[in-house]
Amino acid sequence: MASQAKTKSGKPAKSAKRSAAASKSLENGATGAGSYSQDELLEMFRQMCLIRQFEIACGEHYAKGNIRGFLHLYIGQEATGVGALRPLTDQDYVVTHYRDHGHAISRGLDVNRSMAELFGRKTGLSKGKGGSMHLFDAAKRFMGGHAIVGGQFPLALGLAFSQKYQKTDGVTVCFFGDGSTNQGLYHETLNLAAVWKVPMLFVLENNGYGMGTAVERVRAGSPDFYTDVDRYGIDAVEVDGMDVLAVREAADIAIAKLRAGEGPLFIEAKTFRYVGHSYADGQKYRDQHEVDEWRRRDPVEAYPQMLIDHKLVSKKQIDQVKADVDAQVAAAVKFAEESPEPDPEELFDDVMA
Amino acid sequence: MAVILFREAIKRGLAEALDSNPNVFIMGEDIGEYGGAYAVTDGFLAKYGEDRIIDTPISEAAFVGAGIGAAAGGLRPVVELMSISFALVAFDQIVNMASNLRYMSGGQIEVPLVLRAPTGAGVQLGATHSQSFETWLAEVPGMSCVCPSNPYDALGLMRTALKSKNPIMFAEPALLYGTRGEVPDEYYEIPLGSANVQREGDDVTLISYGAGMRVLGKVADDLSANGVSAEVIDLRSLSPIDYDTLLTSLEKTNRVLALDTARRTGGMMAEIAAELQERGSEWLDGPIVRVGAEDVPWPYSRNLEQESYPQPADVLTALKKHFNI
Repeated sequence: MASQAKTKSGKPAKSAKRSAAASKSLENGATGAGSYSQDELLEMFRQMCLIRQFEIACGEHYAKGNIRGFLHLYIGQEATGVGALRPLTDQDYVVTHYRDHGHAISRGLDVNRSMAELFGRKTGLSKGKGGSMHLFDAAKRFMGGHAIVGGQFPLALGLAFSQKYQKTDGVTVCFFGDGSTNQGLYHETLNLAAVWKVPMLFVLENNGYGMGTAVERVRAGSPDFYTDVDRYGIDAVEVDGMDVLAVREAADIAIAKLRAGEGPLFIEAKTFRYVGHSYADGQKYRDQHEVDEWRRRDPVEAYPQMLIDHKLVSKKQIDQVKADVDAQVAAAVKFAEESPEPDPEELFDDVMA
Repeated sequence: MAVILFREAIKRGLAEALDSNPNVFIMGEDIGEYGGAYAVTDGFLAKYGEDRIIDTPISEAAFVGAGIGAAAGGLRPVVELMSISFALVAFDQIVNMASNLRYMSGGQIEVPLVLRAPTGAGVQLGATHSQSFETWLAEVPGMSCVCPSNPYDALGLMRTALKSKNPIMFAEPALLYGTRGEVPDEYYEIPLGSANVQREGDDVTLISYGAGMRVLGKVADDLSANGVSAEVIDLRSLSPIDYDTLLTSLEKTNRVLALDTARRTGGMMAEIAAELQERGSEWLDGPIVRVGAEDVPWPYSRNLEQESYPQPADVLTALKKHFNI
């Protein structure tokens, strides 16, 4: 995958250098947009748009019974995943939770094979053995998709440890939700990551609810998480998780520091999922007004509008991205639908080496 | 051929790997400066350095999980748990993560992780330090599980474990660390899934593993003195299980007694008995008899612990009752 934006022809985009002057010239929430090339700005939109449309298609096909099991959609949180993963290069690992489609897409996993995995098909990323909650692509160092809340923390810790042990300058990004912070592994892993000084970026996606339980109902003390890590001597920042550029900027800085050996680091992104915890969620625990308030800052709508308003891209370019994404998702669904189920004998493959 | 301690055999296997492969490292509680609760890693810190001999905090879930991540990242970790009872704290990582990763990723992720832990009762450590959870892990697909009963097997199995591409539980009976046995100078390995016929016989097949082999050794001696020839088989590997060797013996002797030094209900030998009766019923002259520890938590008091722990006399009584031998 690309360490920087790619143009449609696949050539690397122009250098995405940070420009303080350009940043200052942008106002009204556009801080930082001037740091990135037009291609990169469009690429961030393309990814968010692709995630949104992919997830909408997933919901439709869950309703039709083509996707089964549990389905956790990333709708509303797109800016966090995309912003956090853009600075990564091929050598970096990504570990995440069960709401993993957005991270997979942002990491550049094949959309056809992702959809095929959700359909339980042989052509899926995990040959149909993983499902929605367990997306993997080892070649892209996308190490799952983990469905025991908080269980992914030490896996990421160990991967980051291996990077340090092998003296690479790779980093490991670990996504987790606010719900996982009440697991012991959250604290155990923060401690060990700091003791070992591994190149690990903790990215908290604080969407306000652990399934249907609001954060403040089960969390003592401050509602802010980024202050948790003071105890471990880990530097942390809080960012607006609905603002892809804010997340991106924080991630740019963090990843550079991690490569320089200043790990671990912590980003808390305040975000929101517009849909239920899973497809089965009736959302009795929150009112529509709260959802509507967050949607007013929808990154898939507000971000491209800001780019157009500041004449960084044209409406035509945005419309073209939308059309391309729609076609890509439609093709992914078609690929999944037309793919065969796994052969029965594959039941016994991949248990052991 | 040299006579060495059980703990020295494990140590030798680890040292060979540390010497030959820079990606091998060991971590666990008090394995470095302290030298290991059972002294298996004593001296390693000075020899291999703190980058490879890593003292962890008391965070079993986190450091077992970190071992899984390090293995997935291309290293070959050895993670020591101070007791297999402490593995319960890390069970989510061992079961949900280590053993499932390959399968749920469609074969993409490999976890070459060796988990070591002392196991078993008999040393008066009470309810929370005397259990034998290798029998639980033997049920889990996606990982292997072994438990040696002597220094020769300990070294041979450790060499194999350190070459395995799968997670493996290497259970070490706490009762055996200070026991001795012969180990040849020549290199050898013991493959996974190979039981060992320790003693050949014709009249009855006695099956156990780990510390249970000490009990069966005494039983076989006693039977022999009374003219009964017992075939004694050490499973060595609980996952996979070498049913071919067990069935060959069953066909010969027509009688089986299986011994667990762990609790009898839901134990390893329940599975062995079920499988053998299903696959070898035509050769059986009677029931497959199980002897195991009582279905109670492990007591501290010496006499109570020994009351629960299966003794040679318990095995002999069962043989008399069911087979009249």
